[in-house]
Amino acid sequence: MRKTLAKASVRTALSLLFFAVIGTAVLASTFSLTHDLIVKTEEAAKLKLIMQVVPQSLFNNDILADTVTVEASKQLGTDHPTTAYRARLQGKPSAVVLEAIAPDGYSGRISLIIAIREDSSISGVRVVSHKETPGLGDYIEFARNRWISVFDGASHARYKEDDWNVKKDGGQFDYMAGATISPRAIIKAVHKALHYYEENRSRLFAPAAARPSANNGNRSGVQVQEVKE
Amino acid sequence: MSAQPYKEILHNGLWKQNTGVVQLLGMCPVLAVSTSVVNGFSLGLATVLVMVLSNAAVSPIRNYMPNEIRIPVFVLIISVLVTVVQYLMNAYLYGLYVVLGIFIPLIVTNCIVLARVEAFASKNPVLPSAVDGLAMGLGLAAVLAILGGMREILGHGTLLSGLDLVFGDAAKAWVITLIPDYHGFLIAILPPGAFIGLGLLIACRNFLTLRGERKAGGNAAISHADGGVAVSHIN
Repeated sequence: MRKTLAKASVRTALSLLFFAVIGTAVLASTFSLTHDLIVKTEEAAKLKLIMQVVPQSLFNNDILADTVTVEASKQLGTDHPTTAYRARLQGKPSAVVLEAIAPDGYSGRISLIIAIREDSSISGVRVVSHKETPGLGDYIEFARNRWISVFDGASHARYKEDDWNVKKDGGQFDYMAGATISPRAIIKAVHKALHYYEENRSRLFAPAAARPSANNGNRSGVQVQEVKE
Repeated sequence: MSAQPYKEILHNGLWKQNTGVVQLLGMCPVLAVSTSVVNGFSLGLATVLVMVLSNAAVSPIRNYMPNEIRIPVFVLIISVLVTVVQYLMNAYLYGLYVVLGIFIPLIVTNCIVLARVEAFASKNPVLPSAVDGLAMGLGLAAVLAILGGMREILGHGTLLSGLDLVFGDAAKAWVITLIPDYHGFLIAILPPGAFIGLGLLIACRNFLTLRGERKAGGNAAISHADGGVAVSHIN
């Protein structure tokens, strides 16, 4: 009895193993067939997003390869290291693309990419992901509304500290009636990111010390250490 | 095999045993993704693909598989196929892949896929099994598309928005704006809209079935008696 039980278990387990091996083989071959294309499309999508905030006239470097790792920072609202992309024109720094999080949206975090020109004026801002109310707070998406363009060209030269707020709160920025919380959160996040940039400018543009090495596949160059909070 | 069984399989999947409005299986994607025609129908098509492939893959090995481990093997086959579909979408339909996001892997847990494999493909030859997967999947895709259309029209006043995710930027011009300068009806886009819309679809389907049966007269009693036997419906 015991022997047949053991035998049956082994036989069943072996046939399960057989199916597992075939399944894994199918998966592995699909992965290797599509992997290169997936990497390529993801990079193209990333580049498309970056090109929305940094006009092509501002850079002629391989912006996806010219990156720097930015440590988590309260000013950027990030809680893990992010990647900043550097735009250069004829080798001279022209703009940097930062990731930032507005933690106080109406329904949670709004994640943003913010491009700041070398002269610390904002080149463009886009919302990457958010959970704001559809049809109400989602005008922060560029695809739905051009509101997010209010930041184009904004700088500390143009706006005083108190101006970085929606008009309702005495600031200079437009918003749409019915949803003030989402723009308020984004304006605050962009303002803080601009401060971050001004305090860390030289670090952000520091030349990539080490080119990506073959063994770790990491594209980031130098590590930027956060000093100020 | 004559054409009759295939006709019945198609009729079962698309109408009589429709996944979305009769069996009410796989509600998670139906409710979550049906915010527009394109989203709903795309996930529907991905499900069709997985169902056809999984039914067709299980059917030929149905007689060699130890009965005790059939469920783990089915789940293994389905998850392999879903992952393959996910890779392919990631590679060739990136925009759509981003939108449908977590719902593609969730096709694995869509009980309708396993249900058809277990109830049909493990007992039938390859071709009918594949047709069954196609019919059941298309039935679901149709419900997703109709529900998506209802919610999109009411919520945004448009149809076919997001088509550019499938066909590239050129398709942006294909969006039909039914109600210009529409400010949107929020509840249609939010989850309650999905439940209300699905309820209306079920009611509509029941109404049509009952009317059909009343017209058919005495046959109605027989068709109620069971789900599987060939009773021809007149719709």
